[in-house]
Amino acid sequence: MEHVDKTFNGTVTALKGMSLQVREGDFISLLGPSGCVISSALRLFSDLLHPTSGRIVWTGDHDSGDLGVVFQEPTLMPWATVAQNVWLPFRLRGKTYSQVRDDVLEALKLVGLEKFQNSYPRELSGGMKMRVSIARAMVTRPRLILMDEPFAALDEITRFKLNNDLLTLKAAIGCTVIFVTHSVFESVFLSDRIVVMAARPGRVITELEVDAPYPRSADFRTSTEYAAFTRRATDALEQAMGEAA
Amino acid sequence: MSIADPTDPPLQLDADETARLRRQRVEKIGKWLLPALVLVLMLILWDRIVVWNEIPHYILPGPGLVFETLIEDWAMLFEALLVTVQITLMALAVAVVGGVGLAVLFTQSRLVEMSFYPYAVILQVTPIVAIAPLIFIYVDSRIAGLLLCAWLVAFFPVLSNTTLGLNSADHNLRDLFRIYGASRWQTLRFLQLPSALPYFLGGLRIAGGLSLIGAVVAEYVAGTGGLKSGLAFRILEAGYRLNIPRMFAALILIAVTGVIIFAGLSFLSHMLLRKWHESALKRDH
Repeated sequence: MEHVDKTFNGTVTALKGMSLQVREGDFISLLGPSGCVISSALRLFSDLLHPTSGRIVWTGDHDSGDLGVVFQEPTLMPWATVAQNVWLPFRLRGKTYSQVRDDVLEALKLVGLEKFQNSYPRELSGGMKMRVSIARAMVTRPRLILMDEPFAALDEITRFKLNNDLLTLKAAIGCTVIFVTHSVFESVFLSDRIVVMAARPGRVITELEVDAPYPRSADFRTSTEYAAFTRRATDALEQAMGEAA
Repeated sequence: MSIADPTDPPLQLDADETARLRRQRVEKIGKWLLPALVLVLMLILWDRIVVWNEIPHYILPGPGLVFETLIEDWAMLFEALLVTVQITLMALAVAVVGGVGLAVLFTQSRLVEMSFYPYAVILQVTPIVAIAPLIFIYVDSRIAGLLLCAWLVAFFPVLSNTTLGLNSADHNLRDLFRIYGASRWQTLRFLQLPSALPYFLGGLRIAGGLSLIGAVVAEYVAGTGGLKSGLAFRILEAGYRLNIPRMFAALILIAVTGVIIFAGLSFLSHMLLRKWHESALKRDH
């Protein structure tokens, strides 16, 4: 992403001069206060929006299978079973279920839901629905997964569990993740890089490297190293909020 | 919360649970019993009013006489019923095809929707009894005229509800389909049509009743007799002959047909939505 500006209706500047280099395998958190339109940055990455100026460049060729998306809500099709929901990215590329059955079941196994393949979304808890959403995002083994505050609506215990699972899954499929969050703690635990953004207009304030090694366990959450990273991220976020004010 | 072992002694029910279970039982029985009870009471009341006031049968026949007439005239009334049902079902089928087809067209092109939707509204709000005479002047085939009238009455709920449903697909899912490079056809087939299904089925239930009303009104306006006459004409004919019991018998057949159509479409709706849609799901508490 190079010097990207995004303006709505010619009057509202959502993003200003945003540059971000994403390397293969990165786990980047976009951290900012509410209302700092980080989601707009994510929509630019996913080609749902186009920059007013600047550009977004992929290295090498890419197609729709190179991108997976997880929204704040699980965004499942209520009329389809869990397996049919996970099959969707393949189905839209013309693959029959029998052709990709193994991939679908493998993705469900990775998120621990292989026994629920014939269930409907309404039969699942909030955390399980989000797992299905994650399975759908990763079933095509994409190069990049965009996640827009996926765990914001979940309780703390489920959130911690899904944080751990997400890191395991990322390691399993070896993709790049761009993760939008308003939680300092979540961003520190998950990321190797935190991009702190300010609001009105949305812009990058600073980038923090979280150079703690993976895999990260529950012990990391109580380490002094984690506390130090959290302190730095909190300071950067406060600076971002101060600049916005 | 844990799953109970079948060998465990039954759990004690608290007052709330006992009351809830009792309420459920009463509702389950009352759902069928109460309307049946009201029907019986109304029939008795109707019969007594006729007997006590010595009302002649050409003014108000008693329920017994209406029932006898229904049996005696069954061959003629049933034949007429088949004609009305045929027009009704054909109109409903055309309303579904036309309503869904137009709704799909509207959602594929905003320009088409803007151009034609106002005229669909005009057709809907203009009373069918005002349009029908013109239709029977310009359309030679009587069946086609009846069908057109019934369709005009029935198609709008299907069109309106399906258009709303097609436009109500979850916006995040729409974005997801775009990200995955879905074609317009794929988005319609895998996202918009399933999203619209509950709305369409709601419209279909309304259209079922309206197509029967449309068919009956059209028969009244057409007013032609013969072998292929429907129930509305039989009512008109019976009215001219002061055969009031037959009028009641035909009226009962129309009402029962309407109820059967509604029940059938409700059952279809339940079967299609029972696994996933909130409207078809039972809450435990």
